[in-house]
Amino acid sequence: MKIGIYPGCSLNGSARDYNESVFAIAKVFDIELVQIPDWNCCGATAAHNLNKELSLALPARILALAEQNGLDEVLVPCAACYSRLVVTQHELKVEPEIKNRIKKVIELDYRGTTKILNVIEWLDKYIIPGIEEKLVLPFKHKVACYYGCLLVRPNKVLNYDRSEDPQTMDEVMRKIGADPIYFPYKTECCGAGFSVSRTDIVSKLSGKIIEDAEHRGAEFMIVACPMCHSNLDMRRPDINQYFKTKFTLPILFVTQALGLAVGLSPKEVGLQRHFVPVNIDS
Amino acid sequence: MSHSSHQIERNSLAFAIEKNVDVHTQKCYQCGKCSAGCPVATEMDMPPSYVMRLLQTENQAHDENILQSQSIWLCISCEMCLSRCPMEIDIPSMMDFLRQRSIKQKMVNPKAKNIVAFHKSFLNTIKYTGRLYELGLIIDYKRRSLNMLQDITLAPKMISRGKLHFIPEMIKGTPQISGIFKKTSKKEV
Ligand code: SF4
Ligand code: SF4
Repeated sequence: MKIGIYPGCSLNGSARDYNESVFAIAKVFDIELVQIPDWNCCGATAAHNLNKELSLALPARILALAEQNGLDEVLVPCAACYSRLVVTQHELKVEPEIKNRIKKVIELDYRGTTKILNVIEWLDKYIIPGIEEKLVLPFKHKVACYYGCLLVRPNKVLNYDRSEDPQTMDEVMRKIGADPIYFPYKTECCGAGFSVSRTDIVSKLSGKIIEDAEHRGAEFMIVACPMCHSNLDMRRPDINQYFKTKFTLPILFVTQALGLAVGLSPKEVGLQRHFVPVNIDS
Repeated sequence: MSHSSHQIERNSLAFAIEKNVDVHTQKCYQCGKCSAGCPVATEMDMPPSYVMRLLQTENQAHDENILQSQSIWLCISCEMCLSRCPMEIDIPSMMDFLRQRSIKQKMVNPKAKNIVAFHKSFLNTIKYTGRLYELGLIIDYKRRSLNMLQDITLAPKMISRGKLHFIPEMIKGTPQISGIFKKTSKKEV
């Protein structure tokens, strides 16, 4: 079967480990992921901070291209891109006037019919139903499922029933044999786009999240967003310096954990690209 | 839609917010939940509930304080305030508007200049290639912020892990992207 994918810029660059694990899993489950042809950047935080219309036009072009190419369903693994696409689709739906203006800006037809899936929804729909027969190495570890901000908020648009204590990722992890811990920091912010411009804030916020997970005995933290991953993993030296300590908790993308559980090698899911070493001995 | 009988002063920032992003500042009853949950409230010169209160005064000096604050740039758009506000006040959208207004009126707080520089570098990179080119972003940001030495050891580690490309990917629709930037650049806020 075939479904669309919007990788977004991070998965194309600094989060290629995430990308590798998504595509590797899809292959195991015989799903062909088709990239939206000629996709552009969604504009991320910068666009909606500086220019509202731009922040709607960039995602609208992506969705218009998906429609044009007959991709009715599109997987968006990056939580930040996912948020921009869903929020844009929502805004253009409730504000027909803005929609018409944006159509003129992008010079493409736009209907707003694409079904946008985040990584958890994709796993839930296409992978988890067939997981039992493919599970060769259950991921028997204590994990802290970290959702961050953009998978669950704004809750009105995203329709998460439990925005303060979501369970969908915890459920997926249970299905592959893991033991998700109670984790009150699961929807706190990691510092998001401040990685470069305010590394001190990222160190503080991300450090608190890691500290709590380690304190509760997590062996791994599981994430679904490249921005969270880079703050928690790549920024670890900054975090450790800020907290004057040595946090060692490895950060895995949910697709990496799942990939290992269905028998993919650490390399096939990109673990060698991490900054914080990942030692899996089950 | 009118939520109170009070007529807002037409020259106030509160009026502009209502008109542009449909956020009704008078609905705030100062419960403080937004500031309690805001991850950066302790770094801010005025936490979100305080911004709300100042807006309610419809006082020009207060409006200027807000536009010159660090707070509007420290807000990371995490949406926690909105999800917890009992009055469902969309502070994140309001913050987007305030940032754009602050730039327009040349009131950006000098301490926020790195944050603004980063956003500008980001958009600048995608304007010319359609996709984010991370190395280009870092170089553009260093030029704008003059932080030449920052993260100097990070780049080689990213390269050895295959996480940083040397050549930008140009999409075919780059002219369309430039067109989108051009058409959206003159918007009034
Ligand atoms: S949570 Fe809402 S009502 Fe309470 S202080 Fe903040 S903006 Fe006002
Ligand atoms: S969206 Fe901004 S103001 Fe609201 S809680 Fe997050 S950082 Fe604070």
